[in-house]
Amino acid sequence: MVFSFDLLFEALLFGVLLGCFYAAVSIGLSVSFGLLDVPHVAHPAVMVLGSYFTYILAGYGLDPIVAGVVLMPAFFVLGILIYRFYYETFEKRGSEAAVRGLAFFFGLAFIIEVGLILGFGVDQRTVHATYIGSSLELGDYRLPYRMLVAFGVALVLTLGLTVYLSRTFTGRAIKAVAQDEPALRLMGANPVAIKQWAFGIATGVSALAGAMLIIVGPVEPAMDRVYIGRTFCVVVLAGLGSMTGTLAAGLILGIAESVVLMMLGASWAPAVAFGLLLVVLGIRPQGLFGR
Amino acid sequence: MSAPLLKVQGVSKHFGGFTALSEVSIAIAPGERFGLIGPNGSGKTTLINCISGSLRHDSGSIEFEGREISGLAAYQRTRKGIARSFQIPRPFHSMSVLENLLVPYEYVVHLKQSDAEQQAMEILGRIGLSDKAHAQSSQLSQVELRKLELARAMAAKPRLLISDEAMAGLSGSEVDEVLKILFSLNAEGITIIMIEHIMQAVMRFSQRVICLDAGKIICEGAPAAIVANPDVQRAYLGA
Amino acid sequence: MKYWVGAAAVVVIAFLTALSGVNEYFFYAAFVVLQFMVLATAWNILGGYAGYVNFGTAAFFAIGSYTAVVLFKWLGAPLAVQIAAAAAVSGLLGFGVGLLTLRLRGIFFAIATVAIIFIMETVMMNWRYVGGATGLQLLRPDVLQPFGSYTRMLFFVMALLAVIAVSVARYVQISWIGRGLRAIRDSEEAAECSGVPTLKLKLFACTVSGALMGAAGAPMPMYLSFIEPASSFSLNYSVSALAMPMIGGTVHWLGPVIGALLLASIQQIVTVTISSEINVLVIGVLLVLFVVFAPDGVLGLFRKFVGKR
Repeated sequence: MVFSFDLLFEALLFGVLLGCFYAAVSIGLSVSFGLLDVPHVAHPAVMVLGSYFTYILAGYGLDPIVAGVVLMPAFFVLGILIYRFYYETFEKRGSEAAVRGLAFFFGLAFIIEVGLILGFGVDQRTVHATYIGSSLELGDYRLPYRMLVAFGVALVLTLGLTVYLSRTFTGRAIKAVAQDEPALRLMGANPVAIKQWAFGIATGVSALAGAMLIIVGPVEPAMDRVYIGRTFCVVVLAGLGSMTGTLAAGLILGIAESVVLMMLGASWAPAVAFGLLLVVLGIRPQGLFGR
Repeated sequence: MSAPLLKVQGVSKHFGGFTALSEVSIAIAPGERFGLIGPNGSGKTTLINCISGSLRHDSGSIEFEGREISGLAAYQRTRKGIARSFQIPRPFHSMSVLENLLVPYEYVVHLKQSDAEQQAMEILGRIGLSDKAHAQSSQLSQVELRKLELARAMAAKPRLLISDEAMAGLSGSEVDEVLKILFSLNAEGITIIMIEHIMQAVMRFSQRVICLDAGKIICEGAPAAIVANPDVQRAYLGA
Repeated sequence: MKYWVGAAAVVVIAFLTALSGVNEYFFYAAFVVLQFMVLATAWNILGGYAGYVNFGTAAFFAIGSYTAVVLFKWLGAPLAVQIAAAAAVSGLLGFGVGLLTLRLRGIFFAIATVAIIFIMETVMMNWRYVGGATGLQLLRPDVLQPFGSYTRMLFFVMALLAVIAVSVARYVQISWIGRGLRAIRDSEEAAECSGVPTLKLKLFACTVSGALMGAAGAPMPMYLSFIEPASSFSLNYSVSALAMPMIGGTVHWLGPVIGALLLASIQQIVTVTISSEINVLVIGVLLVLFVVFAPDGVLGLFRKFVGKR
């Protein structure tokens, strides 16, 4: 175990960047699971799918971030289709279908993962850009540019979605449907259409998150598994339905993981999210800012 | 009154920033017929959930038969003698109507299956569902589901029965049917709390009525007085 | 009772088959099928009967394997003791995870089981005593008489475990416990208000389920003479243990048995004729198809066509 204040500070800095990235990666789940109550364990898998599509587009010379943005409308539509299917098949039927809904998303995640293995093999894929590979040097500390880029995009994404949900009409309708669906119905709005739209947005955001994922590091098909831990940890720690909480929770996870990475090495870092998740579920399942 | 069967004192319940119940206190005598009214969202079901144990209240105390039950889980409170029906029926949909009643017989009354089945059929006869005894509970009509809710609560052999809007959506004659059953249960010594929007049912049934609004008790007294109370009328019609 | 006669017959037939001249490959394949039968049956006790989905079968299975290894390496324990210990440890793990998360909604329990896989796998990968990431070779004692080979002996052991698992599942299903679990699955809140001690019953189901999964994992180290984390914690165990009951039927103990027979056979055929990746994809697709179109599984389809409903 190597320890020095310099290393710790660098780990903290890296943790903040990583944490913001985790927040951005989880914000789609904050909407789909936190607000809409969809047991979307396939959320990380869809994001990894976005990473691979980014990889394909980057192969044509597109900058990864641009690729991510380009993918967003397509993933928006994909999200609507998935939600529509989930709603018609499971949610409409009531609680007896809850187990089946969960099994469905599990199966979906699995199919995506195996599909990616069949299509791309199990090897890691990376993309190239000017900001990947070099680092910003601030005195004694080195901050990789790719992390800074991800941090920037993540911040914009998270704040943008938070503002959207609290300031725009549809955004507020989404929050309303999460809190009091019958009241919304009484006001003449169609909750299913709103939820569908929200799920579409959450999936569209996942496309950009996937782009950031492959910027931050190489991707492989099985990555969705460890990200189930990270995204659910952030969403649960934040408190279901809290967007601002997502940022805070992401930072906590990012810093925790970064410090563990520094002290115990790479083999223990993935378990941090899962461990933190179990702790939160055990002590304070409503999270920091839960409804 | 002599020792109350149920004593709710200063009970409050919050959901995040929203206060559902605020310092609610009620005392219910054994054998009483008690009515609970209030507009939608006033906290009636939340109060019932706190009494039955489906929710934990944040502050205050709840005593049943002289003993504090706040620390007891819902199933333990049912075993102590508190049963409730649900506003939106929750049948055990994979089971037949008869089997639905066997659950409380097994878990509360601890009867052998044959005895349980016999007694369950009696309840179904009383409530008018005997011809549906072996039907899948998922195939019942709304009215039949509400009767099943009541039957299942009766099967737990409670000393306190809480009926949560059991008559919503029923026709006049169906309301009379259910009222007759509740009266006969009360005649057997079962204390009954009735939550209802159907005022004529509340008026006919209750000996005492409390009106809840925005989590607070705004009025308590005889049915006629409550309905005539201006605060109550304002609560229902809106400020 | 008819069931027990049948169960005893299965044990006797398995024993005689193990001593017969049947092709060695049969025992290899049958071992795999029987193992999945135990896992699927175990999964269904909590997942099918009570409605709480476990994504982490691999963890309970692998912990069973690793417990067997520890007992063998540390005490030279015989197989029966290894299995008992594996059941105890995995049962305890089930109890622990249950205690932590069964109070909450089903999805939190499901995610917690994923967490357990990761955490346990990370721990095993860093534990030198059991071989860490590279794994451990084991020197097996001589195979017990009258069995001619380890494959044959472990085939019989797994057949015995399958009978035990199915018997336990059947007992839970037809007893008052089963009705309580069904009430929980149908409407947990109503069950609680009908006097069902929901947390206690869920914990019971979770512990029994975990214990059986651990027992299924215990013979593996002896079977392979080897143990390593990657294959022990393989996702295939989790997916199969979930897919088999959901495809076979979750309401009755026969469902996981049918599902295991069906899926394990398909797996063998596809792996041999096409590839192991396609095999895994087939399982996933079948799972989704059944969950969407035939939620009551093969048993449900059978009942519909035979018109028993």
